[in-house]
Amino acid sequence: MTGFFDIPSDLQHSWLGLVGLHLREALLPVLAGLVLSLPVAQLCVRFRWFYAPVFGVTTVLYAVPSLAFFVLLIDYTGMTESTVMIPLAVYSLVVLVPAIVDGVRSVPPETLAAATAMGLGPVRRYLQVQLPIAVPAIIAGLRVAAVSSISLVSIGMLIGNQGALGNLLNDAQIYHRPELAVNSVVTTAALGILVDALLVLVRTLLTPWMPRKGASR
Amino acid sequence: MNAGRARASELLKPPPSRLSGNGQAPPNRRKRGVLIRIESVTKRYPDGTVAVDGLSLEIPDGAITVLVGPSGCGKTTTLRMVNRMVEPTEGRILLDGEDIRQRPVNTLRRSMGYVIQNAGLFQHRTILDNIATVPRLLGWGRRKARARAAELMERVGLDASLGKRYPYQLSGGQQQRVGVARALAADPPVLLMDEPFSAVDPVVRKGLQDELLRIQDELGKTIVFVTHDIDEAVKLGTMVAVLRTGGRLAQFAPPAELLSAPADAFVEDFLGADRGIRRLSFFPSAGLALETGPVVPIDADAARLGSHDGAPYLLVTDADGRPLGWGEPGRLTAGAVEREHLLPYGRPFVPGSDSLRTALDGSVLSPTGWAVAVDGEGRTVGVVSQQVIGEAIRAAHSRLADGAAGDAADAGAAR
Amino acid sequence: MTVIDFARAFFGDSAHWHGEDGIPHRVVQHLLYSAEALAIAAAIGLPVGLLTGHHRRGGNTLALVATAARALPTFGLLVLMFTWLGFGLVPVMIPLVALAVPPVLVTAYEAVRSVDPPPVDAARGMGMSETRILLQVELPVALPLVLSGLRTAAVQVVSTATIAAYVSFGGLGRYIIDGLAQKDYEKVVGGATLVVGLALATLAVFWAVARIAVSPGVRRSH
Repeated sequence: MTGFFDIPSDLQHSWLGLVGLHLREALLPVLAGLVLSLPVAQLCVRFRWFYAPVFGVTTVLYAVPSLAFFVLLIDYTGMTESTVMIPLAVYSLVVLVPAIVDGVRSVPPETLAAATAMGLGPVRRYLQVQLPIAVPAIIAGLRVAAVSSISLVSIGMLIGNQGALGNLLNDAQIYHRPELAVNSVVTTAALGILVDALLVLVRTLLTPWMPRKGASR
Repeated sequence: MNAGRARASELLKPPPSRLSGNGQAPPNRRKRGVLIRIESVTKRYPDGTVAVDGLSLEIPDGAITVLVGPSGCGKTTTLRMVNRMVEPTEGRILLDGEDIRQRPVNTLRRSMGYVIQNAGLFQHRTILDNIATVPRLLGWGRRKARARAAELMERVGLDASLGKRYPYQLSGGQQQRVGVARALAADPPVLLMDEPFSAVDPVVRKGLQDELLRIQDELGKTIVFVTHDIDEAVKLGTMVAVLRTGGRLAQFAPPAELLSAPADAFVEDFLGADRGIRRLSFFPSAGLALETGPVVPIDADAARLGSHDGAPYLLVTDADGRPLGWGEPGRLTAGAVEREHLLPYGRPFVPGSDSLRTALDGSVLSPTGWAVAVDGEGRTVGVVSQQVIGEAIRAAHSRLADGAAGDAADAGAAR
Repeated sequence: MTVIDFARAFFGDSAHWHGEDGIPHRVVQHLLYSAEALAIAAAIGLPVGLLTGHHRRGGNTLALVATAARALPTFGLLVLMFTWLGFGLVPVMIPLVALAVPPVLVTAYEAVRSVDPPPVDAARGMGMSETRILLQVELPVALPLVLSGLRTAAVQVVSTATIAAYVSFGGLGRYIIDGLAQKDYEKVVGGATLVVGLALATLAVFWAVARIAVSPGVRRSH
């Protein structure tokens, strides 16, 4: 009898190995998305006209089904991790840019005026005022991007077993071991919830100035 | 038509004058409001905070009763208990003798107009449909409700062309007028107003206050008005309830009595520094002895300019009798009075409709120390010195002291 | 060959325009079960979101439920449901509904909760019932946001419904899955193009609905 955590040898990884692989494939693209979206969002804030085209392009990209995206990339990047990770980075970008733009725009104009009046240059003002105040909005975007990214990695199974935990779904059918499919779904969901909780924790640590819920009436 | 006439006719507008509009309901008006009796009402929240503490008030019908006090005095809570937006922990509230809890809550609320700060208009509805809300709730047809709404727009001084607009297209003052119109739409006997004019600038606020007094003069509702502004309370209230922090009643009196006899240090402090001057608003200027000797027309002959009974200054008027300015008798030459060399005459008052406060203010503003009295058309009817005004003030005070002890309401309403 | 050449070849082939595997049939299939999944998600998410938003309570619980639903891997859930329940509509609907509920639920809640309080207070003071307040005061103002939640859900469902083909289901995913198996890139590109087109059409539909349904007094402030 094979157990819940006995992973067929064709996957070349232990359960923990798959978890690590899954997190890497899911979160590296989110990180890349964040790094790219910060300057893009700042451009959108600086030049209002820039937001509409960016919003249009990202909306269209978001509409491309992940599977189709993967398949189209095979020609260029082959059946590799990159083929999975590039679309995920694009999806993260799509979620993060509007979140950051809204967050930075939500900084009260009088706060900005006060910062300028105290002699903060544009860079300092961005790093010390706008960005910190936008943290809750950015983290909210990161939560959506990270959780959906973790969920989407599984589909990579369809392009030459690049789906990390998703590959268990294939084996579940090949070896008639439905518990592998349960393992895949439960582990992926748990990872999503865990990462989400971690991001909430990060927000709490980064924003000690936010009123705690329940502290005031 | 010149600017002077326009200003004079503005001064003439009837009810903003508190002397005629603000007493008991004038005769011949059928009673429209109801009497609200608040009986030892307490509101205590689960966390132990007491917002209102054993409050009893008898809110007269057909008049404006103002609840005033610092923040945290429970004035808004009290107001919201009248339409059961807040339920009292103890005590009861009676509407013409009937406990408000005996009526279904929404029926009760539909019988009371409700106006709040910033108006709280529905941004997705046109102005007309905003005003028609309660009539529609009461089951009126759309056409009838809109017709009624259009009628109310006129009543609150809004142009009919605004009816098809949305709230965002109106100024703050206009929105507040819509708020009042919406509250009046179903012709409720009671109007509850929670700091309705607090969010607009002082000039607009004064306009809205005058408008409210004018509307109230026509409609005679029972109005409960909450404000933190004592000047607003004194201006609008027939009766003023001053509440202190913790929700206890400090004083309940007509504004004139409040100003003349504050119940304690808290009320006195809350009234502010110049309550003596402000109280003069309640004394009529009708009895002032006006002098006509120092008034000369611009085309006066030398003889007329000479017979001035030793007055230090003469008021020069135009051919119609409108004041132009003050001049020293020695410097005025018959037939050659130069208007631009005259001294300004300050702000004239209208004896009868303006108060002693306005008269005194006019004399203080005038460089000569004399106030100019004009009639409704802006024509000079006489002049009066600060000294005479001072005597009138003292006389009014002593009349009050002689009369029914401190019954300032009668003095305030003296016509 | 470029993507555009593949697409041209796919759409130029008249064989792709009729029959069981023809474009019209596949598009209709795709639309039907996307619409069904969205309808179920709306039937669950809207009432719950609107009511909790109206009472301004339960936001934390709602956020937890939404996070849990978001964390469920759609594809994994599909395969699992297929393994357990076999071929059918239900195993396809469960993951798609789980995908669509969180955005509908969370935005409906946020939209109603963040409605400016004074008009609601005024409505209550005028004697409106709570149902009327929700439907006639809060919902019209919240509508742009509520629609945006539905729109996000709809686009995700249309785009994700492609994976249903993996469990032998119809729809536009057939082209992608079959094309992948047959190494027929024309099919893959054609299928992907159609899905993107459908998703954009969905956006257009929501844009039009918002134009018609949202009051001009509200539209301006968004």
